[in-house]
Amino acid sequence: MDELRIENLSKDYDGFLAVDNVSLTIQPGELYSFLGPSGCGKTTLLRMIAGFEIPRTGRIYLGGQDITDLPPYKRPVNTIFQNYSLFPHMNVFDNVAFGLRIKKVPKTEIKDRVRKMLTLVKMEDQAAKYPSQLSGGQKQRIAIARALINEPKLLLLDEPLAALDLKLRQHMLIELMNIHDAVGITFIYVTHDQSEAMSISDRMAVMQNGNIVQSGLPDDIYERPTSIFSAYFIGETNLITGEVIGIEDEYVQLRCHRGNGEYFEIDSTFHFPPTLGSKLTVSLRPEKIAITRSKPRNQDDFNILRGTIEDILYVGTHTQYIVRVGDLKFRVFSQHKRVYFDEKALDWDEEVWLFWHDTDSWLINEVPDGVEASVEPRSLPQRASRKGIPAEV
Amino acid sequence: MLSMSRITKFYKGMNLTLFTFVIVFLYIPIAILVIFSFNDAKIITTWKGFTLKYYQQLLQNDNIIEAFKNTMLIAGLSTLISTLIGVLTALGLENKHFKGRNHLLALIYVPLVIPDILMGVSLALLFNFTRVNTGMFTVLIAHITFCVSYTIIVIQARLEGFDYSLVEAAMDLGAKPATIFFKIKLPLMLPGIIAAALLAFTLSIDDFIITFFTSGRGFNTLPIYVEGTIRRGTITTINSLSTLMIAFTLFLVVISRRIHKTIISSL
Repeated sequence: MDELRIENLSKDYDGFLAVDNVSLTIQPGELYSFLGPSGCGKTTLLRMIAGFEIPRTGRIYLGGQDITDLPPYKRPVNTIFQNYSLFPHMNVFDNVAFGLRIKKVPKTEIKDRVRKMLTLVKMEDQAAKYPSQLSGGQKQRIAIARALINEPKLLLLDEPLAALDLKLRQHMLIELMNIHDAVGITFIYVTHDQSEAMSISDRMAVMQNGNIVQSGLPDDIYERPTSIFSAYFIGETNLITGEVIGIEDEYVQLRCHRGNGEYFEIDSTFHFPPTLGSKLTVSLRPEKIAITRSKPRNQDDFNILRGTIEDILYVGTHTQYIVRVGDLKFRVFSQHKRVYFDEKALDWDEEVWLFWHDTDSWLINEVPDGVEASVEPRSLPQRASRKGIPAEV
Repeated sequence: MLSMSRITKFYKGMNLTLFTFVIVFLYIPIAILVIFSFNDAKIITTWKGFTLKYYQQLLQNDNIIEAFKNTMLIAGLSTLISTLIGVLTALGLENKHFKGRNHLLALIYVPLVIPDILMGVSLALLFNFTRVNTGMFTVLIAHITFCVSYTIIVIQARLEGFDYSLVEAAMDLGAKPATIFFKIKLPLMLPGIIAAALLAFTLSIDDFIITFFTSGRGFNTLPIYVEGTIRRGTITTINSLSTLMIAFTLFLVVISRRIHKTIISSL
């Protein structure tokens, strides 16, 4: 089968390491995403797979064949460019037919296949139009048709939805998934938008500074981040640093400083062997924390903290609370289901209880540089060390 | 105090006056020339009745026919060659890493600002120095020389805004470099190439000064012939000749706009 295997791929521009010794395997038919902030190397990696960039070291295999040294026009790979790059002097039909004409496919077959392709992307009645007459979403569809008609083994998508507005983006995302299901070939999707990557991918790789920081299933990466970077980049999280003071069965007890020489304890599950006395970070997703006015009754399996509401942000689908606990600030998302808790809405400066299940605190074998707790600063921690994290899938 | 409407009225009035002056000075001489080309009189100052005889004379005058042929030949050849050089140079200048690119660009710009007379004299000196017999060949060389700067700049401007990702897209779809050039790059350069060719053509057909210095005796283009004839005082055939040239130029303008429109609409 045509799996894509990347081995020890590196690329530098004048000494700047854009892609740093990346290895990964993508299964046939998979929809795989490279996710990361700009400059993380995701686009360079994609361009090396397409053949537009020549790697400094490493090999790329597609279906067992080494394609590292093949020029782009000899690779069974097609790309959807960020700005679509439709040929402005050709109409929709000619754009889509371009690849087949190069391959000298008979005219009647070209006509047939272009029509089928245009039907797939729901553009069958636009064949005579020129790209300048199309909307962004329509150009996108034509770009997809133009690539897929060549029946590539691999379709590369470089931030394909970045130029579209939000509603259209969500619509095209579903469309892309449907097209992927319909054609069944491998898609590699590059994006900096974590929600886009999470919703579309079978598997994804989080990239930072030319490295794959973590890869796997989207929910796996969200629920079980192995580094502060992936915890922080995918969704929002509270990061609390603490010292291991006890290990008991599958639980670890952490002592965390809340400021003024006062401490509180957090119980957490762990996925790596922690050592007593070591400093670790707990990642706590804001939606896992419950916020109430009255003290929770069941206290056995819960971490419970008392704090003061400092800020309330109403977001429609939920409300974000910023709750101060000592010097720490916790971000809490609460959906508007007040039947479970208090009837009356919480208010500014109110004393509240925060609690979450022990299994919802997730331990990361890393300490953020100079970041005591989660909410502030909002900037990403730079180049988090990657102790004990496998670089490979 | 002047009210706003009075100020606008004032400007409107000024605009109209200016506009009228421009039109009058631009088109009245041309209109007079066209009208008097049909005037049945030897002296051009009075209107003596309608005639086509000067047009007949024009067509029977072998010197004029010869000069016309020469002009067209020089214009055609210099357009062809300078456009070709323009395309190749512009493509070469696309490489931004090419050393001395900016110096070369500056050298290309210089002929645009150099007075024609300087160019003409220097070319004449060059031909004299290299002992090349003046005639059709030297005129052609001279015309290519001053047209090339224009064609390069026009075509290069077109390439400047070229979206390189189109080349990548074509490559991605299986096109080899030669195919990419003929199917993507050349068609997208075409408006620039046509504009450059038209510019070169018009520059060539109406050039007098440089041609004057490089043509020597016996090789006449239309502008040279016209100048010579006027010097001798017979202006009547010149009126009809000029009218024909105006018609021809208008025809070229219309054609070029037509071509441009079809290309632009496909972009």
